[in-house]
Amino acid sequence: MATTLAKAADGTQSATHAARIEHVSKSFAGPAGQQLVLDDISLDVAPGEFVTLLGASGCGKSTLLNLVAGLDRPTAGAITTDGRPALMFQEHALFPWLTAGKNIELALKLRGTPKNERRERAERLLELVRLQGAHGKRVHELSGGMRQRVALARALAQESRLLLMDEPFAALDAITRDVLHDELTRIWRETGLSVLFVTHNVREAVRLAQRVVLLSSRPGRVAREWTVDIPHPRRIEDTAVAELSAEITEQLRGEIRRHGQH
Amino acid sequence: MASTDTTPKDAGDLAGLNAGLDALESVQAARRPLRQTLTQKVLPPVVAVALVLAVWQSLITFDVVDDPTKLPAPADVWHVLEKAWLQGELLGYIWTSVSRGLLGFGLALLIATPLGLLLARLKLVRAAIGPILSGLQSLPSVAWVPPAVIWLGLNNRMMYAVILLGAVPSIANGLLSGVDQVPPLFQRAGRTLGATGLRGTWHITLPAALPGYVAGLKQGWAFSWRSLMAAEIIASFPDLGVGLGQLLENGRNAGDMAMVFEAILLILAVGIAVDLLIFSPLERRVLRTRGLLVKS
Repeated sequence: MATTLAKAADGTQSATHAARIEHVSKSFAGPAGQQLVLDDISLDVAPGEFVTLLGASGCGKSTLLNLVAGLDRPTAGAITTDGRPALMFQEHALFPWLTAGKNIELALKLRGTPKNERRERAERLLELVRLQGAHGKRVHELSGGMRQRVALARALAQESRLLLMDEPFAALDAITRDVLHDELTRIWRETGLSVLFVTHNVREAVRLAQRVVLLSSRPGRVAREWTVDIPHPRRIEDTAVAELSAEITEQLRGEIRRHGQH
Repeated sequence: MASTDTTPKDAGDLAGLNAGLDALESVQAARRPLRQTLTQKVLPPVVAVALVLAVWQSLITFDVVDDPTKLPAPADVWHVLEKAWLQGELLGYIWTSVSRGLLGFGLALLIATPLGLLLARLKLVRAAIGPILSGLQSLPSVAWVPPAVIWLGLNNRMMYAVILLGAVPSIANGLLSGVDQVPPLFQRAGRTLGATGLRGTWHITLPAALPGYVAGLKQGWAFSWRSLMAAEIIASFPDLGVGLGQLLENGRNAGDMAMVFEAILLILAVGIAVDLLIFSPLERRVLRTRGLLVKS
């Protein structure tokens, strides 16, 4: 079911890259003149690939995600994506004047889904995130984890080939986050979506991704990449996850330490 | 915690885990029972009104005020009201003023809504007339009555002009602050969903700004009603028909304090009734659907 969801999006042959980031730099006007936030970043996300962008504060990972989402323009370089990507935020960003189901239907409406199909598709998407029966629920009636699942369903309603996620589980408690990791992995495998997932949580990055990209801070540069070939289902307490996390954490600490030295 | 839970290898287990979390964390919102509504919401204001009446009556009974041209007895005011009702005039007074008030408010709504949106969207327009508009809010609308009479004469058009000058700034400012308070996150979320330009205004900005807009409407009605009463009291003229403001002025001219009290009570009652029947339910509905109504 889920694969047909993604296929129906454009019906065309998918491109060779879900996202291609080529020599992208971004600077903002700051108090001390132009401040370079991202410096010459190049990164490809293959169709169906799950990539996590990892970095400490100030590495510009959210800035990079905004650029890929098209909410901002790079100062230099080019970004191409396979269609308009969907974006999920740390806050659920659901519209409180609409019910859970109507939030999803609005996304469908804005992408041009005919009126008579919206309700049924919204129900199916709610089923996909295990919220069948929540169509008429108000946002404030849902728990934090349920809100993020509705937000995920709304993002999936855009039927993009690429899903961008900006620390979507950072505000949740550990148990809920752990369950949502499993759900996201399941949905990613069912839909064949490409995911670019930003986080500062090393274990989260290792648990979810096929590839972890570590960014250095101020300015953000690609410091190192790891391919994660631990088989699914992965657990946050798996030895393999813990070992790779330790290695990446060591590197991340090195990146942070550099900033204290000058 | 991760080490103690069972590894959910199959989907059914994960679904069960999810359902459990959902059940544990969802808030159950119950509506207030009727009895509680009566004792907590209805009873206190009724008691307060009864107290005011008791104090009023005791002022008369114990001869603290013994001049009926200064303070009529509650019973006298009741008789005046009763007489106006029996003669079929009471609803006429009320309708004359209420129809003017609502029509004027409707016009103010039609003018202020696009004005507020324009101010919210165009920085230059806002810089130019934003301060004037907020300044106008603090100008008592009674100040507009003399110029309105000179410009438009003693007629209904004058009344509407005074209402508009009172209500338009309130409604436009309410909408403006509503738009200002729309969280940027909603705009960003809207844009990623493809709601840009007019579609963004319609699907995101307007519904997100609705609480501020409704607050502005509520205030706009209060201003409309006050402006209208000021206009009716100052510019009373037989040809205009007797509204509540004229009734008050007629009572003063006749030295009939019971009639003055009758008019004041009716003006108050209409103001409260419109708020209670139209604006408060509207506001509560808007806030409740958003989960913004904090239950005390």
